[in-house]
Amino acid sequence: MAVGKQLYYEDVVEGSNITQLIKQPTTTQLVMWAGASGDYNAIHYDKDYALKQGLPGVIVHGQLAGAFLGQMLTDWVGDKGNISKLSLSYKGKNFPGEALTCQGKVIKKYIEENQHLVTLRIWAENPGEEKTLTGTAVVRLPSKSDT
Amino acid sequence: MTIDSGKIKELESRVGVEEKPLVYEIEKGMIKRFARAIGDPNPLWQNEEYGVKAGYGGIIASLNFVLTLGFGKILQDLISDPEITVLHGSTELENYKEIRPGDVITVTNKIRNIRERQGSTGKMLFVTIEMVYKNQKKELVAECRQMTIIY
Repeated sequence: MAVGKQLYYEDVVEGSNITQLIKQPTTTQLVMWAGASGDYNAIHYDKDYALKQGLPGVIVHGQLAGAFLGQMLTDWVGDKGNISKLSLSYKGKNFPGEALTCQGKVIKKYIEENQHLVTLRIWAENPGEEKTLTGTAVVRLPSKSDT
Repeated sequence: MTIDSGKIKELESRVGVEEKPLVYEIEKGMIKRFARAIGDPNPLWQNEEYGVKAGYGGIIASLNFVLTLGFGKILQDLISDPEITVLHGSTELENYKEIRPGDVITVTNKIRNIRERQGSTGKMLFVTIEMVYKNQKKELVAECRQMTIIY
């Protein structure tokens, strides 16, 4: 969603896909993430160590891929929406240099205790169309009926 | 490259035991650096004026920020042996309140459960860690469960 443009509960259609986000993680980004997140597991920046651990090379932090899905969600809900719940399953490894396509689909919309909520299925796909990260989210949106 | 029974016993003895709380003073630079690491240009995490106009009173931390508070440290305290591989299995976050600069976030954590499985090269542990995040006003900011795979 473009900055300043707001999504409302009434705009959401069950079964529709949300705007996808394509990310291109690089090894530089993995180092930036290690620093910013405090996750210093060497499988994310030390190739020799990663190989010794039986990995084909350094891998993208699961939580960084999760943050890409977070970016997609916060873009979609706009400034007045927010994310109440986020569940993520790290299904496969992602590698720097490979694009990750973040996607989401609206499962249902409902009103609970006066809150306008939307449940989404979310996932990230590698270039082989393998869903390496899957999850669900519950987001809260403003309603056009709010005064 | 495998986890030994001594380490497994030690981890099992910590199930349900609350660890010493970790305390983080949230600075603007941390929030901005975090958004830059993701490559997330949303002005809510970067632009003070924009945050004021949007009704947040300034910048706020992006959604996944809270998940990193203490997590690296907690994992390091759990497993410090470089011979042991630690992978991330899953995350479940319940988000209640925005984090903003000036907040002091206290993270309490404990191991919720450990499941053991025989892998091809040795034992694998599925360790679920539960974290609770509160701010300086003792308000609940978020709760989270992180499952890690250790072998």
